[in-house]
Amino acid sequence: MSAGNIVPRGRRPKRLTPERVGLHAFLIICALFFLTPLYVMLVTSLKGMPEIRQGHLLALPSAPGLAAWGKAWFAACTGLSCNGIRVGFVNSLRILIPSVIVSIAIGAVTGYALSFWRSRGAVLLFGILIAVAFIPYQVFIYPLVRIFSHLGINNSVPGIVVIHTIFGLPTMTLIFRNHFAGLPEELFKAARVDGAGFWRIFGAIMLPMALPIIVVAVILQVTGIWNDFIFGLVFAGRENLPMTVQLNNIVNSTQGEREYNVEMAATLLTATVPLVVYFVSGRWFVRGIAAGGVKG
Amino acid sequence: MRIGSRLPAHLALAPAVLIALVAYCGAMGWTIWMSFTNSRMLPSSVFVGLRQYSSLIANERWQVSVSNIAIFGCLFIIATLVVGFVLAALIDQRVRGENLLRSVFLYPFSMSFIVTGLAWRWMLDPTFGIEKVGRDLGLSAFHFDWLVRPERVIYTLVIAAVWHASGLVMAIMLAGLRGVDPEIWKATRVDGIPSWRVYAFIIVPLLRGSFATAVVLLATSVMRLYDLSVAMTNGGPGIASEVPAKFVMDHLFDRGNVGLAAAAATTMLITVVAVVAPLLYWQHSRPGARQIA
Repeated sequence: MSAGNIVPRGRRPKRLTPERVGLHAFLIICALFFLTPLYVMLVTSLKGMPEIRQGHLLALPSAPGLAAWGKAWFAACTGLSCNGIRVGFVNSLRILIPSVIVSIAIGAVTGYALSFWRSRGAVLLFGILIAVAFIPYQVFIYPLVRIFSHLGINNSVPGIVVIHTIFGLPTMTLIFRNHFAGLPEELFKAARVDGAGFWRIFGAIMLPMALPIIVVAVILQVTGIWNDFIFGLVFAGRENLPMTVQLNNIVNSTQGEREYNVEMAATLLTATVPLVVYFVSGRWFVRGIAAGGVKG
Repeated sequence: MRIGSRLPAHLALAPAVLIALVAYCGAMGWTIWMSFTNSRMLPSSVFVGLRQYSSLIANERWQVSVSNIAIFGCLFIIATLVVGFVLAALIDQRVRGENLLRSVFLYPFSMSFIVTGLAWRWMLDPTFGIEKVGRDLGLSAFHFDWLVRPERVIYTLVIAAVWHASGLVMAIMLAGLRGVDPEIWKATRVDGIPSWRVYAFIIVPLLRGSFATAVVLLATSVMRLYDLSVAMTNGGPGIASEVPAKFVMDHLFDRGNVGLAAAAATTMLITVVAVVAPLLYWQHSRPGARQIA
């Protein structure tokens, strides 16, 4: 390449060269590789079982049909009950909505209090919260089961909501604390001069300014709680198993002949909610990862 | 300004303090205590010293779990860092359709490990999966039956997990690369340094904060590896793809051996502290740590 035109900032805008073509070709091949599992799930779910046995994984369906999707939603079996994955979908919604609201509310209040009021105890509390973000859940699970059954909330929706609040608290507190700590202190001072108290400042000034971070928190919690498996398995109880647990039961406890098309339709149905959140939220999703990922 | 605000702040912190005391410290302390008792189905208070730990070390299933998580952890972290960084470096070359490419590389991360595991289990199915695609293309000697081969099955978990997490590393690295001073690129161009050398000797060291963040996130997820193994192989064939988190869960809820499970969980805790604490220290004690913030 010629070194003729030097631009003042950034790298040179590049023209079409063999390297550029190769670069794009390589990235497209990588993208196709990343898309292959989604493609395979989709085409498998649109095929009939004879076609799955004879044809191969990557072939397009000869006569695409939604029969497997219907069966997955209305009639897929876990053990003896054959009511479809919609049962898990409804359970996941019943768990998701209160869990998202409660965990964000407590995280926001905790983050606000920690940014507002920094004593030695508050620093210690924050340190404990951050440490827990790294510790394997297996360390906590059994004592929590015992405590919850003592309180009578084991195997119930309130129990699993409390669990999601407990384990969502580190990330939620972190992102809200960082957000509030970044606001100019003059805001507090002016409000206090005007006589506003702790809760008044929170409700009238902080929350309205926290809207973007609330969106980030909602994205993080909706995908995280929807994708949860281990807590749903242990704490939700047989009647409230979330969609991920039911999906695993449908696929991994099948007796007799396996219906791969129904399994893949059920898998895609389970992936729908986080995928929609991801593609609708776009860059907000990345912001959520960055906010929750940078500890401290 | 802070005077007079203590009572409401105390009230606001009450739920978090309760959670920290009971659910975090209390539960963790109880698990550690139980690892020194002979608890079976239910917690017992009979102190047995380090006996659970010695039977843990002698347990074949635990040995397999530990060696699996070591193999998985190393391969997964290295492969994800390499794939993620290369994708980020390529996307950073002002390519067309950058937003689309980023969405494609990151979408697996939005899905659960159960979905990831089931998708890859189907892709790698020894009867109908990739092996059949190879055979149908005329490669009659094509073999890809790792999912059912005990000595290979752990690598299938690595493949699925790398697919799931590479986009995360890409996003972190891309944020880091966008923070690199353009003057550096100009200077290296003036000096005529080949770009691979610029990446290897200037950019990668500059991005050590981003690398530390990525390693911390990936290492945390390694220790939590459970769902993927359950969905993809359920620990099989035999016990070939067992992992520590699954060992703990199985002994707590299926095998009724709480004491042994507590010893295993405590061992996991010690490992995490030993691995993550130095990483966090490294991440916060060096320049560049805040680049992605």
